[in-house]
Amino acid sequence: MDRNFTARGNHDMGGLDGGEINRDEHDYALWEKRIDAMMMLLTNKLQIMTVDQLRKGIEALPPDAYENMTYYERWIASVTNTLLDEGVITADELATKMSAIEAEASEVG
Amino acid sequence: MARYSVGDKVKVRAAFPPTPPTHVRTPHYIRGCVGTIERICGEFGNPEELAFGRRYGPKSMLYRVRFRQADVWSGYDGAAEDHIEIEIYEFWLEPAERENAA
Repeated sequence: MDRNFTARGNHDMGGLDGGEINRDEHDYALWEKRIDAMMMLLTNKLQIMTVDQLRKGIEALPPDAYENMTYYERWIASVTNTLLDEGVITADELATKMSAIEAEASEVG
Repeated sequence: MARYSVGDKVKVRAAFPPTPPTHVRTPHYIRGCVGTIERICGEFGNPEELAFGRRYGPKSMLYRVRFRQADVWSGYDGAAEDHIEIEIYEFWLEPAERENAA
């Protein structure tokens, strides 16, 4: 197997041709603001995780996920994985809550 | 205590830890390059340990290091005085020979 441990991390793209920069202004959706607020609580008030853990989790995303997910989608993926890793939430609690939210959303329509 | 002083020549370690699972803040493109200490920023928690939730480990000295763009990018065709400055932790730096040492 050809393993190259000197390889650049997928996220570590300084110096590469990144193409056009989208300079359009945009607003944040409520869910994005909530994720930002959750991260502030987790890192500052509750001290359950660090911003470095957030980054580590984002950098661990598979390259196609890293490329295609939006900014706060990457955040919540990393926060979720960290909370599972740290034992703050269980996979079962996460699944139960997500089904409840899904059911609520389909009721609203 | 800071190991390096302003003006010292330093070489960024050519270490390439596989990321992930590690978290490294030293950009890939600068590893192995020689630069000059521009300022001492102070001591901060080590992000490579903080990335695993270890908040209370020893702090590390952080420096702002100045590199000539021509030393960083092969075939750089900008102005000779162009520089880039990057904040790098002490454990990523090793002493470098002075350029044009007498």
